[in-house]
Amino acid sequence: MRKKAAFSVLFYILILGVSLVLLFPFFWMLASSFKTQVDIISWPPKILFNPTMANYERVFGEQDFLRYFYNSAVVGVSAVAVGLLLGLPAAYSIARFGQKRLSVFILVARLMPGISFLMPWYIIFSRLHLMDSYVALILSHILIALPLVVWIMSSYFETVPQEMEESAMVDGATRQRAFLSIILPLSGPGIVTATTLSFIFSWNNFMFSQVLSMQKTKTLPIAIYNFVSYAEVDWGAVMAVAVSIMMPAIIITMIFQRYVVKGLTMGAVKG
Amino acid sequence: MIKTGFVERNLRLLFPLPALIFVVVMMLFPVIYTLFLSFTNWNLTSGMPLRIVGLQSYYRIFTEPRFLAAFGRTFAFTGAAVVTETILGIAVALILNREFLGKGLVKLFLLLPLVATPVAVGIVFNLFYDPTIGLANYALSLAGFPRSGWVSNTATVLPSLVLVDVWQWTPMIALIVLAGLAGLSSEPYESARVDGASELQILWRITLPMVMPTIFTAMILRTIDALKTFDIIFAMTGGGPGYSSETLNILGYKYSFEYFRMGQSSVILVALFAVVLACSLGIMKLRGRAEA
Repeated sequence: MRKKAAFSVLFYILILGVSLVLLFPFFWMLASSFKTQVDIISWPPKILFNPTMANYERVFGEQDFLRYFYNSAVVGVSAVAVGLLLGLPAAYSIARFGQKRLSVFILVARLMPGISFLMPWYIIFSRLHLMDSYVALILSHILIALPLVVWIMSSYFETVPQEMEESAMVDGATRQRAFLSIILPLSGPGIVTATTLSFIFSWNNFMFSQVLSMQKTKTLPIAIYNFVSYAEVDWGAVMAVAVSIMMPAIIITMIFQRYVVKGLTMGAVKG
Repeated sequence: MIKTGFVERNLRLLFPLPALIFVVVMMLFPVIYTLFLSFTNWNLTSGMPLRIVGLQSYYRIFTEPRFLAAFGRTFAFTGAAVVTETILGIAVALILNREFLGKGLVKLFLLLPLVATPVAVGIVFNLFYDPTIGLANYALSLAGFPRSGWVSNTATVLPSLVLVDVWQWTPMIALIVLAGLAGLSSEPYESARVDGASELQILWRITLPMVMPTIFTAMILRTIDALKTFDIIFAMTGGGPGYSSETLNILGYKYSFEYFRMGQSSVILVALFAVVLACSLGIMKLRGRAEA
């Protein structure tokens, strides 16, 4: 009995330790975003301090910060929408007609280093005068969303029984009609998984936006990177930016926790 | 006989067609273009028209010490990160693989590093690593060790970067292995317990062999991504100090978008792609052997 109690205590200490390691960087980021520069550079580092909103006021006030937020949202939402539009029918076709080679071809986009298409894009988009345009940025982010949609949805459609659309087709509906009015409404969980995951990956993307966007279409990850490149780092403001960037993805993750886990782990477990 | 419309008869072609065209235009064509450029000496800033020079750019890059160092460093970074993440990830998964109060919360904690913006994560760790005000040196001083330069010192920069990758991506392996463990059948366990096997024996002889395929798949996914690691390195060190943390991806980026030597950068990109492909195939082969 005593051995069991000791084990239980040890177990919770382990759990606590794991949680602490996972959360500490977030905690420190959050704390620093409410510190004055003096508190941040004080030695030894301060755990207790007088919180200030000044960093957030400075970030949201002086910089074009809301615009970067808007850019990130527009690019993310558009890329995911087009990714679903192109990816859902393709995933359905792969699942129902067993188009293995096609699915491998699209998934190669996930394997390839992004920079091996980014460099040609840069040349092509420059020629077409599409640098710093939403079009170029959204096109590049679709290539993040599309393989995820195809990957997640083709295995999801496989779990939806064939009889679903077959009975509708017996009643005279075409297959494309059955796909739209029977299969898609049944696929909510899969679509939520694909949508949240591809939005988060687009939101966090740095390399594509760093090359293809400039002043007009700059997204949040580029904004924080430029913030640090200045000679003296305004750590409080930078941490306030970091908190603001991560918050939407974290909130989405909290709401759709189950779906995000599924999306991140699915293919691996299936085999 | 049932008459079917044109769309329905050609559904298997029409449904995937838009996605297929997109991937061909946005991925296949650019990759072929990169391959083509790797046989040229094109330099965007020189203003000279591009000239096909055969393998000359390959020769130039493959004899460049900076490339060779980045090549080796890419493997060192990936090996260190993936091995550490796999061991820690399995350990965390085994700890969490039971019912306990607050399990849902801990699983949420595991998700947070995975969805945190990598550039921002890198910058937060730069605050930790700051030699004069950083917590990392404060922790060292509390433990009685001398201060370290962390990412500002050529000797410590790579392990410091690996540490960030380990923090961010160990949860991925843990979650995958955890999902794998949840799918195991309970039969072998019952008969092992009847036979009086110890917990450790059960772990080594039953649990680990059964989740091995899942572990290998998690390793493939992590290896592919670790080889391509860009955001944290670029944000934290930009490949420095000097060239000491340049990986193939960082070097390819610099040759493309800082020096605009497109011919030579294409060679680096081809090399990076070959490395990613070879490593994924290699691990897949190992996995096949483990399953046999």
